[in-house]
Amino acid sequence: MRRVSIFVTCIVDQLFPQIGMAMATVLERLGYAVDFPEDQTCCGQPAFNTGYRDEARSVARHFLKVFRDAEIIVVPSGSCTSMIAHHYQELFADEPERLAEARRLEPRVWEFSKFLTEVAQVEDVGARLDKVVAFHDSCHGLRELGIKEGPRRLLSRVRGLTLREMDTAEECCGFGGTFSVKFPEISGGMARTKIDSIVRCGAEAVVGVDASCLMQIRGALSRAGLPVETMHLAEVLAHR
Amino acid sequence: MTARDEILKRAREALGGGFQQPATPPEARIVLPEIPREARIEPFFRAVTNLAGKAYLAKSYADAREYVAAVIGEGPAVASNAPLLAESGITYLPGVQAGFTDLQALRQACASAAFGITSAEFALADTGTLVMLSSAEEARMISLLPPVHIAVVPRVRILTGLDELLWLVPQPGLSTSSMVLITGPSRTADIEQILVRGVHGPGEVHVLVI
Amino acid sequence: MSGPPQEKIHETLVNIRLQTAIYTSTARLADHRRTALSTLPEFEELRTQANLIKRHTIENLGFYLEQFESNAKAHGAQVVWARDADEVADFVWDLSKRKNAQLIVKSKSMTSEEIDLNERLAHHDLEPVETDLGEYIIQLAGERPYHIVAPALHKTRYDVADLFSEKLGVPREVEIEKQTRIARSVLREKFLAADIGISGANFLIADSGAVTIVENEGNIRLTTTAPKIHVVIAGIEKIIPRAQDLAVFLKLLGRSGTGQALTVYTSFLTGPRRAEEIDGPDELYIVLLDNGRTRLLADREKRESLYCIRCGACLNHCPVYRKIGGHNYPWVYSGPIGAIITPQYMGVAHEPWLPFASSLCGACGEVCPVKIDIPKLLLDLRAEVHADEAERGQGRLERLGFRVWAWVMRHPRLYEIAGLMASAVLPEDRWFARAPGLLNHGPLGAWLSQRDLPPVGKSFRQMWRERRKAAE
Repeated sequence: MRRVSIFVTCIVDQLFPQIGMAMATVLERLGYAVDFPEDQTCCGQPAFNTGYRDEARSVARHFLKVFRDAEIIVVPSGSCTSMIAHHYQELFADEPERLAEARRLEPRVWEFSKFLTEVAQVEDVGARLDKVVAFHDSCHGLRELGIKEGPRRLLSRVRGLTLREMDTAEECCGFGGTFSVKFPEISGGMARTKIDSIVRCGAEAVVGVDASCLMQIRGALSRAGLPVETMHLAEVLAHR
Repeated sequence: MTARDEILKRAREALGGGFQQPATPPEARIVLPEIPREARIEPFFRAVTNLAGKAYLAKSYADAREYVAAVIGEGPAVASNAPLLAESGITYLPGVQAGFTDLQALRQACASAAFGITSAEFALADTGTLVMLSSAEEARMISLLPPVHIAVVPRVRILTGLDELLWLVPQPGLSTSSMVLITGPSRTADIEQILVRGVHGPGEVHVLVI
Repeated sequence: MSGPPQEKIHETLVNIRLQTAIYTSTARLADHRRTALSTLPEFEELRTQANLIKRHTIENLGFYLEQFESNAKAHGAQVVWARDADEVADFVWDLSKRKNAQLIVKSKSMTSEEIDLNERLAHHDLEPVETDLGEYIIQLAGERPYHIVAPALHKTRYDVADLFSEKLGVPREVEIEKQTRIARSVLREKFLAADIGISGANFLIADSGAVTIVENEGNIRLTTTAPKIHVVIAGIEKIIPRAQDLAVFLKLLGRSGTGQALTVYTSFLTGPRRAEEIDGPDELYIVLLDNGRTRLLADREKRESLYCIRCGACLNHCPVYRKIGGHNYPWVYSGPIGAIITPQYMGVAHEPWLPFASSLCGACGEVCPVKIDIPKLLLDLRAEVHADEAERGQGRLERLGFRVWAWVMRHPRLYEIAGLMASAVLPEDRWFARAPGLLNHGPLGAWLSQRDLPPVGKSFRQMWRERRKAAE
């Protein structure tokens, strides 16, 4: 039996556990034994993005330790994946051993949708969801990992699902980590532009591969009193 | 220390060294598509008209003269000293002043002219561009001040595009102080992004290929 | 040392008309770019070449500057070197006095805005007249450019009507085409009467000693042809090695900036007019400006921001610029390029908030025609801001917050406890708009000012343990 380890990410762990459960369910249905290393916490991205490199490094070292023996790591987040796969090498540029570890890590860590399409090589996971949805292209996933067509192909195989394109699919939702609380009004404005286009395209739910984007979008929808849901791709694919 | 010395010194220190001749610069892509001369006219015309220019293929000098006469009516028009314009008789059409060698006279004529008639050194087929080189035969102002510009280009001068121009003329400065590429009529969208033609330069451009 | 202009940003965000103007104008420019690139299959190849050519040139800048100077002089131009804004203004003033110049016309040049040339010359009663329509409008309004390529992006036809009738004494006219005619005829007189024409330069060509300038209106051609004296003001980073390099850069500049394969006029000027030429300036002065560029040059990690060809594409794709517009940036350069070069020129302590005013979406780096890694430079600058703050003993609270956060994240049991505490205090069954008491301040309060927060219930690890237990 093939094994994968999962790094659920701190935001999923604490705020959106159902995304982690859905991802594990989909993986198990595909015949993978799922391992959850319990000492996992965070990849360090919040500190790195806010300019606190030492603090980010210390958290990244913990990550390296926890996942040292994992053969494959599946992550339900484009931004965390790109942090681990790419930015760790920047962070450890001056630590040869850790840099080597970070380099070895790069081919082993997979964002969830890419794992499905490129490693498991499946597009139909037997899901069913009777809804009209629009897909939001998370910035890091799109621009650092090239995630665009994969999720759409996976969604196209979900029975009963109608996929619409919103006209701002590739525009940032406005989360940006600490940006969302340092410049809340700009961040909120960006979120409102996003939800306006969601309403325009008539979707009942917004689907994405990053929980932080979904939190920002759903938070704005909720504040505006709009009934549109948000779902992580994993939740859609786990649905039957 | 002069400003020159100081700036060069700072640059030297910033880059950690002296200024030896560096290795050849990296490649700049120059592609010369194989398009026979005659096949360049149609795409050139399409490019010109897409930019709201008017394009005309003259079958003869007489044909060209007739076209220009129809456009300029009684003028007033200023023509450059290009031999092609004289040969084709365009220079001698009623309403056309030409033969200017004095700057002030030329300036006054251009400022009050309704039409400026020039030749062009080259044309670029893919972008619908006229290439004007300033010389004793071609003054800069004629294609600039009057609100209508009429350019006459020999068909053998139509190049495939910018790449071919830069390949043919790698050092424009050797022959002229001013090479200007003209791609369509003057325009702006500075107010509310609404397109307006003929801001400072000519708002109407006619290209005659001979 | 200052914080972001929160009031001004707020006013911009609630101004619906302005939001629409900024959003639709940038959308249009972005659309034009996309359309223009669809007919340029070699776009990625050109971007790579442009990046490599710029890197080569910048890393050999001294050599190419000397080569440029020598070739420019060989064709009769005079080359003037200026360390800073004062030296440029002094040169122009001095030249004007020597030549008894009464009137100066000027074409659009961000470099001249950078050094406040108009203000400095205004002190000598010699303020140049802007001739680019957008620049002319904002000169009349006494404002800075709103966008690198579209200076009057924020003005409506009604603003322009008011401006023209007030400042030019003409009857109020709201039709855009007629407004353009008014500007054309006013400025035509100026061109023909001016003694000096000042322009910028898009590219300085080292192997030719030539200056390349692009435009759509024709005011640059007039500025550089009609007056007897032409002065070019250009940053030293504008140099490219060969005229043939324009085959790469012109294709990228037009398409990235306005979606045009070529702008209407591209001028390639080499020295003043030749003896046999009938018109053109008698004298050409090329001012090479440092103004801090050599300082950027010294920073190996971030000198790539000198590659910028000022196309404005990053502005058009930046979700932050598209919300706050050009006037909320502290310097004349706005948008993502402004966010990285302002701290590079002025120091990170000058406007320390600026590199943080970004969600790091990466759209800017994706569209930059010369492949400046803007997102990476923003991250570098953020780290530098904090390093600088640490040295001054500032920003202690936030740093402490992240230290504590990192400590918790390294200790899984503490991390779990923190999670349990949060779920104990915050609602666990619904999205909520208000947190209990003191939690409504700080970051939580900032979040909640704009959108709701999700419920905080059982964590994934709790669910996972429970599921495992149930399976046993």
